[in-house]
Amino acid sequence: MATKTKRTSLIGALEGIVGAEFVLHTPEDMVVFEYDGSIGKSLPQVVVFPSTTEQVAQIVRLAYSVDVPIVPRGAGTGLSGGAVAVKGGIVVTLTRMNRILEIDPVNRQATVEPGVINLHLSEQAEPHGLYYVPDPSSQRVCTIGGNVAENSGGPHCLAYGVTTNHVLGLEVVLPDGEVVWLGGPLEDMPGYDLTGLFVGSEGTLGIVTKAIVKLYPIAESVRTLVAVYEEIDDASRAVSAIIASGVIPAALEMIDKVTIEAVVQAVDVEYPSDAGAVLLIEVDGLKEAVEQESEAVEAICRDLGAREIRVAETPEDRERLWAARKGALAALGRLAPNYYILDGVVPRSRLMDVLRRVGEICDRYDFRVANVFHAGDGNLHPNILFDERIPGQSERVLEAGAEIMQVCVEVGGTITGEHGVGLEKKGFMSLVFSPQDIAAMEKVRDAFSSVETFNPCKIFSTAKGCGEGWRVPTLPDLGPGSFL
Amino acid sequence: MTTNAPLELPGADAPTEADIYKCVHCGLCLQACPTYLELGLETESPRGRVALMKAVHGGRFGLTEGVVGHMELCLQCRACETACPSGVPFGRMMEATRAQITATTRRSLRARAVRFLVFRLLFPRLGLLRAGAWLLKLYQRSGVQWLVRELRVLKPIKSLDQLEQQLPRLPKFYRPPPSELVPAQGQATRRVAMLSGCVMPLVYGPVNEATVRVLARNGCDVLTPRAQGCCGSLHAHSGERDGARALARRNIDVFLETNPDAIIVNAAGCGATMKEYVELLEGDPAYRDKARRFSALVRDVTEFLAELPFEPPKKELSARVTYQDSCHLVHAQGIKDAPREVLRSIPGLRFVEMKASDTCCGAAGVYNVVHRDLANGILDQKMANVAAAQPDIIATANPGCMLQLEMGVRRMGLDARVAHVVELLDEAYG
Repeated sequence: MATKTKRTSLIGALEGIVGAEFVLHTPEDMVVFEYDGSIGKSLPQVVVFPSTTEQVAQIVRLAYSVDVPIVPRGAGTGLSGGAVAVKGGIVVTLTRMNRILEIDPVNRQATVEPGVINLHLSEQAEPHGLYYVPDPSSQRVCTIGGNVAENSGGPHCLAYGVTTNHVLGLEVVLPDGEVVWLGGPLEDMPGYDLTGLFVGSEGTLGIVTKAIVKLYPIAESVRTLVAVYEEIDDASRAVSAIIASGVIPAALEMIDKVTIEAVVQAVDVEYPSDAGAVLLIEVDGLKEAVEQESEAVEAICRDLGAREIRVAETPEDRERLWAARKGALAALGRLAPNYYILDGVVPRSRLMDVLRRVGEICDRYDFRVANVFHAGDGNLHPNILFDERIPGQSERVLEAGAEIMQVCVEVGGTITGEHGVGLEKKGFMSLVFSPQDIAAMEKVRDAFSSVETFNPCKIFSTAKGCGEGWRVPTLPDLGPGSFL
Repeated sequence: MTTNAPLELPGADAPTEADIYKCVHCGLCLQACPTYLELGLETESPRGRVALMKAVHGGRFGLTEGVVGHMELCLQCRACETACPSGVPFGRMMEATRAQITATTRRSLRARAVRFLVFRLLFPRLGLLRAGAWLLKLYQRSGVQWLVRELRVLKPIKSLDQLEQQLPRLPKFYRPPPSELVPAQGQATRRVAMLSGCVMPLVYGPVNEATVRVLARNGCDVLTPRAQGCCGSLHAHSGERDGARALARRNIDVFLETNPDAIIVNAAGCGATMKEYVELLEGDPAYRDKARRFSALVRDVTEFLAELPFEPPKKELSARVTYQDSCHLVHAQGIKDAPREVLRSIPGLRFVEMKASDTCCGAAGVYNVVHRDLANGILDQKMANVAAAQPDIIATANPGCMLQLEMGVRRMGLDARVAHVVELLDEAYG
């Protein structure tokens, strides 16, 4: 947006679409939308809050006609910068579109608007004995629309699959303002699986305005247990052994010593502070099966050196254990002002080896690292702790992250499991894909979007004016200030 | 009274960098925030407000009108603190930010006049507050109020008219017991000093009376020091931290002199501030240690009773009761179980949880006067949850919440009464 006049008329036009109270544009207000849950930051020029599909379409058409970047945003809890407006422009926040339009208990599905909070859907489905499976740690606050964009996972995706396995159909506004349906209410719609393509497209192909998602019956029985290990290596071996035994737990999570240190300060949960790691394991299903499977899991854990196994005795116990797990990432704020969360995936058999190398890399860079992750999926989350106020740390943390991603790929893994490529990982797509592979993906993007202004500079680093990788920006001063 | 010169300088309070950098902008606070829930705007969320504090702290812009607006829309309910795994001390950051606003911005003449009246005259001098309350009572009882309402005299001035509608009907004022000491029934096992408060004795005198009776019944000699004053919470929340400090010092001197085993508070807002005197006076060498001793003695009445433990009541109270968590009890003091334990101990009482009991009712000190529309939106949401629980009695633990819930009951036309937890226990003691 070159000129002030252009900006003013854009704001006027947006106000005409949604009303003045739902368009924000002052420098102060833009600061509140320059971040998400990741380390990416960049100021938009205007933020708009539509409440209908038609308003979204009008906004998209407007942006298209004046060639202004446009970035969709849910609750802003993403971990890869998907909602960060790297090229400025319009941020379209979908939190006002938060109605659950239908819960169909017979066909076990729900139709929702994109701003519906993940957990609210499960709460509303509960009276029907149903729930929405994918449960990112931010499920209390994150939106279904954001989950679709990032193809979010969560602890309980081990047995039941990530977001893409739970989305049947989507109403989307394409980058030129066209409103279309992808997929539909039935499992196998004819034609291309555009729903599958759209889930995880990180807001580069359009904006979701409705989603039809699957609901699952709440399991008859559930057993949650914590296995405590002296050494993280033993815990890693146990993870491989459990999966190899044929049992597929509903969740199989690893929490390391550094994370425990933070979590026990945040949540009232009895994780022994001297443990090397704990595994949080959940088995669900029919009562008899759960008993059998949890006995098998307990036996494996003990065989592989668990010094203690605790079973949640009450629903409240179970809730506390999960609150600790789901608050773990944010609890790291108690140890350092910033963390850089990685999302690599490795074969489970290589967990031990990779964790050791992650530790070595972080040692070499002199960063503390906290690991809390979906061990059953081999989906690592090394969280590198740093302090953005110390010059050079923000840059070095990205370098350390790059080395870790390389290790993941070397052992046959990949750079992201559930957070999306977004900004800071786009430079590493070439570790996983050949130029031809990437070109094929870009052709698909171009088929949807003839413009490079639709959530620009995400996923691919080949777009014009976006730069090779991603660097930590200097935040602009917006005028003199500060507290007394 | 000792004064500490540097502290009296305006603007000594600002959110510290250490506190600001505790926020990792994960967003887990969003759904806990009543203003975010009501408006859906990140600018009106805890994470957004911390981002603004950080931007101002970093010199990216000053305390502009825009920033001040977002800061003043905060209810200071501190539900975000409960939700925050990272331990961001949002309450004290917002108090410090409000102090910055007071020190650096010039308010309108009307606002300054009101603030002078409230913070310099009425609350520091409870005698004046009482006199004002008498005038109000006279207005209500003499028929003038009836006339004003019948003739719609205030209709042309909308804000005054609405304020008039919000006025609670004042009951008989609380008279502290003629002697400073009410002896325990039977053998005294503890000696406690009680805060009688500023709003409580004027609007909910019976709650104070019930508190004294319940404490005495449970083996406490109950002192009500005459020289005590307002706790200063209203000041602290409104950016008048120096005013709050002056009141804190007075109460510390008055209460510590009585050498109590505990200082009992039945208003959650006051209790929270009194437990935080230690933070308020951190920079005051003359009072730092005394504040620490004082704060360590402060107990909410329900917390104290649960710790004792209290004598289970015998008399039946046949009613369906729900409990509204007072924000400054559950979020600021972390007390969730104690009031429920008290309620559940009452024979015949059917306790029923409402949905989102720990979300603010919108009272928030004088918030429901200053930001009436938003507060009413928050209240209506709250009352929908209350109504779904179908209670005969709505129990809570703070006079501000009681006032707001009573207004909610009127707005919804519910057939329920509002009571303080300790009143119900007192009734069940018979």
